[in-house]
Amino acid sequence: MSAAGPIPVRVAAIETVSPFIKTFTLEPLDGGLLPAFSGGSHVVVTMQGRDKNHRNPYSLMSSPYERRFYQISVRREDDGRGGSKFLHGNVRVGDELAVSPPANLFAVNELGRRHILIAGGIGITPFLSQLYELRAQGSDYALHYAYRRADDTAFLDRLTAEHGERAHFYESSQGHYVEPGRILADQPLGTHVYVCGPEGLIDTVVTRARRLGWPESHIHAEEFAAPPSGKPFTVVLDKSGDELEIGPDDTVLDVLEDNGYAPDCSCRGGVCGECETAVIAGEIEHHDDYLSEEVKREHSRMMICVSRAASERVVLDL
Amino acid sequence: MSEQATVAAPRVKPVETFRGDFTYSNSPEAIRRFPFPFHRDDYMYSVNIEPHDGTPPGSAYAPAFDIDEHYLSEMAERRTVLEEDPKRCQVLPYMMEAQWDTLELMMTSLAADYPEHFSLTCDGDTWTWENRLLDIRDTFTFKDADTLPLEPFEYITRQVQGDFTLHGQRNDMLYMDGGMVTCQADWSLDFDLGMNFYEWHGPVPRAHEMGVFERALKYLLTLKVGSPVRRLNWTMTVNPRMDTSPENYDKWGIDRATITPDNVGELAHLRVELQSLWRLPRSNAILFSIRCYLISMEELATVPKWARRLHRVLRDLPEDLADYKGFIGFRPTVLDYLARYDDGAATSPGGAPD
Repeated sequence: MSAAGPIPVRVAAIETVSPFIKTFTLEPLDGGLLPAFSGGSHVVVTMQGRDKNHRNPYSLMSSPYERRFYQISVRREDDGRGGSKFLHGNVRVGDELAVSPPANLFAVNELGRRHILIAGGIGITPFLSQLYELRAQGSDYALHYAYRRADDTAFLDRLTAEHGERAHFYESSQGHYVEPGRILADQPLGTHVYVCGPEGLIDTVVTRARRLGWPESHIHAEEFAAPPSGKPFTVVLDKSGDELEIGPDDTVLDVLEDNGYAPDCSCRGGVCGECETAVIAGEIEHHDDYLSEEVKREHSRMMICVSRAASERVVLDL
Repeated sequence: MSEQATVAAPRVKPVETFRGDFTYSNSPEAIRRFPFPFHRDDYMYSVNIEPHDGTPPGSAYAPAFDIDEHYLSEMAERRTVLEEDPKRCQVLPYMMEAQWDTLELMMTSLAADYPEHFSLTCDGDTWTWENRLLDIRDTFTFKDADTLPLEPFEYITRQVQGDFTLHGQRNDMLYMDGGMVTCQADWSLDFDLGMNFYEWHGPVPRAHEMGVFERALKYLLTLKVGSPVRRLNWTMTVNPRMDTSPENYDKWGIDRATITPDNVGELAHLRVELQSLWRLPRSNAILFSIRCYLISMEELATVPKWARRLHRVLRDLPEDLADYKGFIGFRPTVLDYLARYDDGAATSPGGAPD
């Protein structure tokens, strides 16, 4: 068992929900069961493109009680880094992809007395899995779902059928807009609010909730635990003279290991300090929680498991 | 876990005692696989976390949950402690999903790692669990607690060596909301229940100022399903006593005053905790496994590298840490004993015997 090893999956079905949204059903390649997960979890999907690999996080929208397949919905982002365009344009039924084990930074607070879910557009996806749990547990909840046009009918029909009067819809092309201020103004103590969608909606919900005196612990916006990625750069190893190319989604540590080096390392998450490496030249984009702010400013050391170069080349004391 | 991790059938000794006449001891094989925690000749706190990934093959680290020759003894000791004090096992009511997650993880792991001793047969939600070491065979309905003789967490942790705690995750924080704690190094589940990550670590010296806990918490909050991690912790204990709890301090605190140059090799024990952390899939809670190993100074000294290194580590440990680790009172005696084995030779890197 390798740590956080990707799980090979096959695309079992692709459903076109709207001109911009497709739902992908992913089955494990070995025909077994996928890891169980909790509502609000996401996976990182790895796609092998012709020129580069894409790694994008997507919320799991299928039932947490279903382990034969996962479902994700992907909105085509023409301005993005290319992962969603690749999924829309290049991936066919039967293709193989890989997904990371699920992680959850957007879980329902199990001690909450009431849960308000506010979704904008494709931001509905993490709520789809959470709603299975909330309904199964008999929780008190309400969903407020804002979208542009009624072309997301696959979700609308399902939400109406499964959640009845707990689901509220706002179609902007019909002049209906979700008003977070009004929703949040009149909720009992112990209510939690969850928001996922465009940045503007998240900002509005969080700002309104704070202004109304909601405690921070009761305001939740979706986060992804995506591995840091960025521009490609070159690592020069001072002792051996080797030059290694680090791709947008690679880590320095992985590339070193792929090339037969065995640098000290332990946690692979930027906290333990084992892989601290002296930097001889170059600027560092730090992603770790280990080095002090002072050391980070000096660009004299880097944690090669998570941090990247800000310059095109970086010379390491290796 | 991986096939390499499989330890088909560890030899299991008849029941020995961790109290009274203290008949517990380690066989030469158990000594060789002891998880010696010092990778260098000195010690300081760090976030010493690494993936719990089935390596190295054949070691105590390889199985998901290590079962060894002391299995029957530790399970008997657990039953005794629970009879005296049922509050050693408590889980807050909201954690039923985490209880089932734990049961599933332990049953599937044990059946995979030790097929000769444990087996699990699943027919839909009807599960049959066999533990041949304890002569248990139960058929129950997964997720229906009424079909088991005990709640799922207590049922399974009475069959696995080590203490276990359950941690709910909310507000970017972990809360100790359940546990089975009968072989602990002087802390109390009943006292800590419901505390957050910083609160239950409150008594640890130095590490707060070093920022160790902020970094560790941040890392654990993103722990992923299927990617457990582990670390080692250690302390010193007099007599091979598993239950060094605050609740029973009156029974063991005085032991520290019984150490003499004549008995130190037999009575002073290095206590090592192999701690592993698991993200539970459906509940999103974290299971913390604290697997305790005890080794006497006499047994440890049969491995020359370990005796040399432990002598140097204990000698150079700052006072506050020696106090926290429970041996400041008998440090000179244990150092005199270990000094006999420290010829000044260099020690190899890593914790394994040479």
